[in-house]
Amino acid sequence: MTPTTPVATPSATDAKVDSDAESGANSVAESDGDSAGDSDAPAELRVVPARHYWRWAAGAAVLVLTAQFAHGLVTNPAWEWEVFFRYVTADSVLRAVWVTLQLTVYGTVLGFALGLVLALMRLSRSPLLAGVAWAYVWAFRSIPLIVQLLFWFNLAYLYEELGVGIPFGPVVWSFGTMHLVGAMSAAVIGLALHQAAYAAEILRGGFLAVEPGQLEAAAALGIPRLRQLRRIVLPQAMRSVLPNAANEIVSLFKGTSIVSVMAIGELFYQVQVIYGRNGRVVPLLMVATAWYIVLTTLLSVVQYYVERHFARGADRTPPPTPLQRARAFTRTLKETR
Amino acid sequence: MSTSPVMVDIRGVHKSFGPHEVLRGIDLQVRAGEVTVVIGPSGSGKSTLLRAINHLEKLSRGSVSIDGALVGYRRRGNKLYELKEREILRRRTRIGFVFQNFNLFPHLTVLQNITEAPVSALRRPRTEAKERAEALLDRVGLADKADAYPRQLSGGQQQRVAIARALALDPQVLLFDEPTSALDPELVGEVLDVIKDVARAGTTMIVVTHEIGFAREIADTVVFMDDGVIVEQGPPGDVLDHPRQERTKAFLSKVL
Ligand SMILES: Nc1ncnc2c1ncn2[C@@H]1O[C@H](COP(=O)(O)OP(=O)(O)OP(=O)(O)O)[C@@H](O)[C@H]1O
Ligand SMILES: [Mg+2]
Repeated sequence: MTPTTPVATPSATDAKVDSDAESGANSVAESDGDSAGDSDAPAELRVVPARHYWRWAAGAAVLVLTAQFAHGLVTNPAWEWEVFFRYVTADSVLRAVWVTLQLTVYGTVLGFALGLVLALMRLSRSPLLAGVAWAYVWAFRSIPLIVQLLFWFNLAYLYEELGVGIPFGPVVWSFGTMHLVGAMSAAVIGLALHQAAYAAEILRGGFLAVEPGQLEAAAALGIPRLRQLRRIVLPQAMRSVLPNAANEIVSLFKGTSIVSVMAIGELFYQVQVIYGRNGRVVPLLMVATAWYIVLTTLLSVVQYYVERHFARGADRTPPPTPLQRARAFTRTLKETR
Repeated sequence: MSTSPVMVDIRGVHKSFGPHEVLRGIDLQVRAGEVTVVIGPSGSGKSTLLRAINHLEKLSRGSVSIDGALVGYRRRGNKLYELKEREILRRRTRIGFVFQNFNLFPHLTVLQNITEAPVSALRRPRTEAKERAEALLDRVGLADKADAYPRQLSGGQQQRVAIARALALDPQVLLFDEPTSALDPELVGEVLDVIKDVARAGTTMIVVTHEIGFAREIADTVVFMDDGVIVEQGPPGDVLDHPRQERTKAFLSKVL
């Protein structure tokens, strides 16, 4: 490409620097501090863009390395792509993906529901409720998830029966923990309780970010308390909650692989079983990786649109969606032709 | 005028924040349909008084009643029992409050901002609330902005929406806390015009403002507050033009 030589105008000094760093086409209009030609009007000075030789060299090196890596992925027989493709949509793998999704959804829904209760307790005016919520978060953030999971898995060993009745008094209704806590429910309980501690803090942060004047206005209008929460506070809190919540869901989604220690047939456990049988470790790890990537990508897309929904009213003119942007682009292409 | 019944009755109100006594014994009666304008230097307790009237601030001592009903408390014998939040919220629907910085709900449209409280607090049917909101928007000159979001409006327009939102509850009293001081000078007029229009319709109002000309125009009573007490009150012609107290004179000479 030919370097452009723009003529400096007074506004060129604060012109936006082109984000395309590799091209080196930044139009920087800095005087070198020399006093020569001070009398010339700046509009007549020529601007020579800075040349970033090292940046170009680094860019080239990265490109070469990336190409090499991609080439290796395709041509190195050790990746065993035919094994990958045989297993990536195999029934046992799909079933395992389904289990992983279930664990994620249950963990997220229950975790955030309990997290909401904890966050509200923490923000309530009752020091007792706030203290309990604080202690919960403290405890469940301190205990490693895997320890907690194994604990739930072995609950039957600690308490053989759980029952409902008068506190410290007679039990009205009871059931054996053996039936209550199977491996799957132990996993869901463990993930949800762990998730709740983090969700509580994320939601609390969201509530704190809502301007206090909003609650005051709602109170002055006499809007009932629950309604204030649902209609005024939550939607505004969602803006700061969502990015963090999405992070949590993604890390829970991948974190479900930890329940493989409980012999639950989720994705990671399943590929371990398969490569234990046939010894094809690398392609099967790639199978799991591919599914984790695909589903995380889907979640990111959902996140984008949900965030957009809750941003309504925040900007004077909301930015177009990628789809709208693409349509506008093709329209201009057609018109210019 | 003075024959109409007392709508807002403020008796011996004290309010302290920790050791700092901000209101030091306020007595004030506002009659139905009257406009009372409160002026005074910064920090004199004007906002605190307004917030005490609708119980956004709890009183340390004294009482406020609207149309004979205590705000925030129930009296039994010689004791005041604080009401539950739900009852306080219900009584607040009779008191409209317009904030200095509007406090519109940014994620709701203008129309939703206005219909929210009538629907959720007064349980009015949605269609009825919507029609009323449209009529109010028309009255404040914003009929075409019903579906806009607050951030898409100018400050003056936002404050007019906030006034419409307060009016939607058909309050017995409207409280304004410096409704124009967050606005650019050229936007002040449009908001004052709306407030004047509401005053003319016979709504009981208490307005805190620094706009002395406006006070002279709409006030039936002007109240001058300083350091947590009412120093002087009376018709605008007396308090603003022939103040008797030195502190009032000193304040007016600074702001006029
Ligand atoms: N929540 C609070 N905690 C402690 N002090 C407060 C609180 N709210 C108000 N104050 C103090 O009370 C005094 C009166 O405040 P207020 O806001 O009522 O004054 P104002 O007359 O409305 O002033 P301005 O004209 O500046 O709005 C001030 O000294 C302020 O610092
Ligand atoms: Mg104030």
